[in-house]
Amino acid sequence: VKTRDNFSNKINDLVSRYRTVDEDFFEELEEILIQADVGFETVMELVEELKTEVKRRNIKDPADVQSVISEKLIEIYESGEENLSTLNIQEDELTVILFVGVNGVGKTTTIGKLAHKFKSEGKSVLLAAGDTFRAGAIEQLEVWGERVGVEVIKQAEGSDPAAVMYDAVQAAKARKAEILLCDTAGRLQNKVNLMKELEKIKRVIEREIPGAPHEVLLVLDATTGQNALIQAKTFREATDVTGIVLSKLDGTAKGGIVLAIRNEMNIPVKFVGLGEKMDDLQEFDPEKYVYGLFSDAIEKAED
Amino acid sequence: MAFEGLADRLQTTIQKIRGKGKVTEADVKEMMREVRLALLEADVNFRVVKQFVKKVSERAVGQEVMKSLTPGQQVIKVVKEELTELMGGEQSKIAVAKRPPTVIMMSGLQGAGKTTTTGKLANLLRKSYNRKPLLIAADIYRPAAIKQLETLGKQLNMPVFSLGDKVSPVEIVRQGIEKAKEEHCDYVLIDTAGRLHIDEELMQELRDIKELAQPDEIFLVVDAMTGQDAVNVAQNFNEQLDITGVILTKLDGDTRGGAALSIRSVAQKPIKFVGMGEKMDALEPFHPERMASRILGMGDVLTLIEKA
Ligand SMILES: Nc1nc2c(ncn2[C@@H]2O[C@H](COP(=O)(O)OP(=O)(O)OP(=O)(O)O)[C@@H](O)[C@H]2O)c(=O)[nH]1
Ligand SMILES: Nc1nc2c(ncn2[C@@H]2O[C@H](COP(=O)(O)OP(=O)(O)OP(=O)(O)O)[C@@H](O)[C@H]2O)c(=O)[nH]1
Ligand SMILES: [Mg+2]
Ligand SMILES: [Mg+2]
Repeated sequence: VKTRDNFSNKINDLVSRYRTVDEDFFEELEEILIQADVGFETVMELVEELKTEVKRRNIKDPADVQSVISEKLIEIYESGEENLSTLNIQEDELTVILFVGVNGVGKTTTIGKLAHKFKSEGKSVLLAAGDTFRAGAIEQLEVWGERVGVEVIKQAEGSDPAAVMYDAVQAAKARKAEILLCDTAGRLQNKVNLMKELEKIKRVIEREIPGAPHEVLLVLDATTGQNALIQAKTFREATDVTGIVLSKLDGTAKGGIVLAIRNEMNIPVKFVGLGEKMDDLQEFDPEKYVYGLFSDAIEKAED
Repeated sequence: MAFEGLADRLQTTIQKIRGKGKVTEADVKEMMREVRLALLEADVNFRVVKQFVKKVSERAVGQEVMKSLTPGQQVIKVVKEELTELMGGEQSKIAVAKRPPTVIMMSGLQGAGKTTTTGKLANLLRKSYNRKPLLIAADIYRPAAIKQLETLGKQLNMPVFSLGDKVSPVEIVRQGIEKAKEEHCDYVLIDTAGRLHIDEELMQELRDIKELAQPDEIFLVVDAMTGQDAVNVAQNFNEQLDITGVILTKLDGDTRGGAALSIRSVAQKPIKFVGMGEKMDALEPFHPERMASRILGMGDVLTLIEKA
């Protein structure tokens, strides 16, 4: 685990290439952030704030700017809220978690990973095969169910996903399950009918269990660019998204758009996906994440 | 939150110019800043943007924009022309082998749309070219990947070759091609597992499949929503496989799709098709000009600009 000190040292290495905190320095910083998909507006804002801060503290030496950079970036995540990555788990009662997102981002896989996590904590878990549309989607969830050793509630391909959710909630109640993880079909946020369908799915769960779903997790693919901002906004309107899972962070993309999302929308990232296997899910650690944003630049500086 | 298109972005500058009644080099510079922003917001890679803006600036500072009575429109025209040209002509033709079967191999990151596009391509080959394709299920890793392809095959009423997930993909492909020859199929479409371009072992597997199958066409399937990383993905896949073309998926969404330009400029390979939905008929030829308009965020606004 990277500590804050370690992180600051690394940024220090990076900034030590510069003799003064000048325009070039800020331009390089800008590029690092843009390259990470942070989004132009947010980058501009951040860099402006940094410049102001540097001026205010009268910082001349790049080595002193490192702490300001990490502070500023991490601040976005730690603005007042505690335990951002914890899930809203009900004591001695059923917790329902609904997964939403566009096509192919990693919803079903994340459900498999999370089921594994809960199972190894000794919880009883049930999965709901709410993607009745995509070819092989039900079977995919079933394979995960087998891998992890949890039951999957399903209906035939093509059936009404809201009806599957109804069944799953009843089954979870009957079996006194502690966690119900609900898969849904991927949908692009501009498809009005499909977004309505998602609202309906959520309503059915709400009706059967007041207060549920206790979490609505939006899965975002780290390789996605600026469109993720629109995804977050539209899915939140439809389903009151409570958290983000940033998947595929094991690739070379940085998923910087979550900084912009956090900046503009205040939806916390709860987990990151780091591979295709059962164990490849980690709680989001802002420190580590921000370090990752700069890792390439840092490596370059070390060469 | 829908991002402003280039036309909107240029409005302020244009108002200013109109007040002065003449275009200076500084005005052009200001307009180029807006061009840069519009492209960055469309997810075009920042290095690609840099080169591009430089090129467009040169043209703009010359006669075309500075002498124009409608500089905003002229900038958009120049930008759009350059973009369209960079993205190449329309090339939705699929290779045909001298001796059948023609082999098509799919590649790309996880979740990009390879399996779905494999089905769509097979459907297109049969419908538009009256061909007889065989689909090969060579993804032995993703849970139920074979089942997914088989389900699509059933929907399309098209044969799918598989040996389960215990046989190596190279062997599956070898036997699949044999089968295609026996059955007199004239096209073979190989679905492969999604993988990261930095996963050396799995990239080697693709090279092995290529070596054995000698594909006539190697498509890189890319999600149109991809951000800055598109250049790394395209560059790596192209270097390792020497792809023949790109298929851009999920363009039925509201993404600007700037990745198209990034990919095109680093890989120098044509974008041949675009995916416009999840259904099996949702595959269309790539139109560079339409894509250019989309990246710039302009439907019909082009004609409206400078009238307001
Ligand atoms: N490298 C990597 N691959 C991942 C990760 N999460 C998911 N994947 C892969 O991404 C692909 C798509 O994942 P799915 O879980 O099917 O995505 P989905 O959102 O359920 O997709 P649809 O249901 O089709 O919308 C699969 O090949 C997964 O193995 C991750 O964290 N890292
Ligand atoms: N809206 C839309 N969805 C698409 C398009 N192409 C594929 N999809 C969806 O994207 C998701 C992923 O597609 P797949 O074909 O499973 O992707 P893949 O590349 O084979 O995924 P892996 O095998 O896991 O790497 C599915 O939900 C598809 O239905 C498209 O053009 N438009
Ligand atoms: Mg799924
Ligand atoms: Mg696939």
